[in-house]
Amino acid sequence: MRIFLFSLLFPACVFLMFSCGEKPADTIKLGVAGAHSGDLASYGIPSVRAAQLVVKKINAAGGVLGKQVELLIEDDACKPEIAGNTATKLISDGADVVLGHICSGATKAALGFYKDAGMVCMSPSATNPDLTFSGEYPNFFRTIANDAAQARLQVDFAVNVLKVKKVAILHDKGDYGKGAAELARGYFEDAGVQVILFEGITTGTVDYSAIVIKVNSLNPDAVIWGGYHPEASKIVTLMRKKNMDTPFIGPDGVKDATFISVAGEYAEGVYATGPVDISTNPMAILAGKEYQDAFGEEPGAFFDQAYAATLCLLNAIEKAGSTDYSAIVKSLHTHLTDTPFGKIKFDEKGDAIGVEFAVYKVENGVFTEHK
Amino acid sequence: MNPEYLTALILGGLTRGSIYALIALGYTMVYGIIQLINFAHGEIYMIGAFTGLIVSTVLTMHGMPGFGVVFFAAAAAIIYACCYGYTLEKIAYKPLRHAPRLSVLISAIGMSLFFQNYVLLAQTSNFLPFPGLIPDFEFWKPYSHVMSATELVIIVTTAIVMVLLTLLIKFTRIGKAMRATSQDKIMASLLGINVNQIISITFIVGSATAAIGGLLIASHTGQINAYMGFLVGIKAFVAAVLGGIGSIPGAVLGAFVLGLSESVFTGYVSSDYEDVFAFLILVLILIFRPSGILGRDQTQKV
Repeated sequence: MRIFLFSLLFPACVFLMFSCGEKPADTIKLGVAGAHSGDLASYGIPSVRAAQLVVKKINAAGGVLGKQVELLIEDDACKPEIAGNTATKLISDGADVVLGHICSGATKAALGFYKDAGMVCMSPSATNPDLTFSGEYPNFFRTIANDAAQARLQVDFAVNVLKVKKVAILHDKGDYGKGAAELARGYFEDAGVQVILFEGITTGTVDYSAIVIKVNSLNPDAVIWGGYHPEASKIVTLMRKKNMDTPFIGPDGVKDATFISVAGEYAEGVYATGPVDISTNPMAILAGKEYQDAFGEEPGAFFDQAYAATLCLLNAIEKAGSTDYSAIVKSLHTHLTDTPFGKIKFDEKGDAIGVEFAVYKVENGVFTEHK
Repeated sequence: MNPEYLTALILGGLTRGSIYALIALGYTMVYGIIQLINFAHGEIYMIGAFTGLIVSTVLTMHGMPGFGVVFFAAAAAIIYACCYGYTLEKIAYKPLRHAPRLSVLISAIGMSLFFQNYVLLAQTSNFLPFPGLIPDFEFWKPYSHVMSATELVIIVTTAIVMVLLTLLIKFTRIGKAMRATSQDKIMASLLGINVNQIISITFIVGSATAAIGGLLIASHTGQINAYMGFLVGIKAFVAAVLGGIGSIPGAVLGAFVLGLSESVFTGYVSSDYEDVFAFLILVLILIFRPSGILGRDQTQKV
């Protein structure tokens, strides 16, 4: 019986494979690459869904350049060693533009392939500054502010609003945390602020009292943290228990509801940077509602960014009038696209103009934008 | 150097050492009796903290005053952890009593992974806020920049547990039977000691100290998650080896040496290399005293 079923299924599969390959060539192919499985799948799946929602809407309205848009979805599991294959697969399948990848490491690994193939790639989430700053990848764009912009904002805030003269910088030794901490150190030094302590801590340790005592004895005007929220809440709790009221500034890894629920009363007054609040933008509200209706849950990480990126890519093709590489790039730099973040276009490096970070402060148990 | 700074660092190190000591005791007692490194011990610590969280949340919701919450949460955590410790030994170690030691070790690692994933599935993978069960004393406030009230409670509690444990082992019939079993299991059973029962009691006592450690450190850091036992378990194991595994005063001494050296190193050099330094001390001590600071020399057949 099983063999019989298989013999029926096999030709069907072969037929399906061929029929996919022989679809009429007059569609616009949008590749979607990112983590769709594994530990970090929760970062990648919302962007696939964003692309599906946008494409469905655009196809219903007549498509792009009179053609229907087709999605080519490929998984890279956030792993640089897989991302190269993912890119090659998308290129050989004939993708015109790519939405992705999700993680900075995987994006970097894939970008070279796209560059050689003359393809535009737009990430909703890769924040590593070098991707745009190095100038190596003119084909790369992103709809999220980079880590350097975040560090810049933290430093400007600390220097201009908190008027700090000397700061202590702690980080978790990880790529994200240490990267953010090093950027902040550079900007502080440029601004003439003394960095009196720059140290990494081991995550998961039972007790951070030694490092807190050390910070306390140096008496900085502010503590800058590079890392995620679990360690941040331990350190802040200890600082406050030891009667230290030094301002604490964290990156977007801290701007998480879990931080407030874990640190409780000790979270009050903590500063964290995070993407600008777009909850009042009508398009963002609409996009969120579409997601709710289609998938029955709250949109996940980077959904708005991916929604914006899909709109930008398709709009750029429409405005360029073709899928030619240089025409699309020129169009991305010059034409504004209406997105959940407002009207955005891209600067010469590939970063979105108009997608920014803001400083938040914990007040009465919620992160409130600090004006 | 500023004496207040050094004092603060030393007291911080003592707090850390106390936690390591409470967990290291479980490792060293079990090793002393059945020569097994119980890798699932860190998970017992984690289960103790989780039970404390659940019970204290429920009791607080029902409006019980702070002191009662602390008492019942601690009691529940200890009893629960003891049950886990007892069952763990019966299921995973007793059937392998006469198997090669490597098999038991693998069984221990398996149980450790099992407990971690069990809590992941039954509870959550997120970080959960842990209520501050230990109150902040008003009279202690002026000194809290040197040492917080929680740290004081941790050190005092650990000291009390140590004294009770020493009394148990030195002056009771159970303690005497434990010492006899650890010296020679066959001879002990010939003299009418129920060896299986003594091993169970050892696991129960070890689990109780781990649960106390779990509660103390969770209310100190204010958060728990399913992986909290892993790193602490490793550090406590290192402390037990440092002091001489199998020796109870050794485990306590090793834990304080480890906690103090980490704290002082972070304070005067850098926290970047805290772990490197801790393990460097371990290597140095094992080069000069292979059986640990207070360990007995044992010749082993390989």
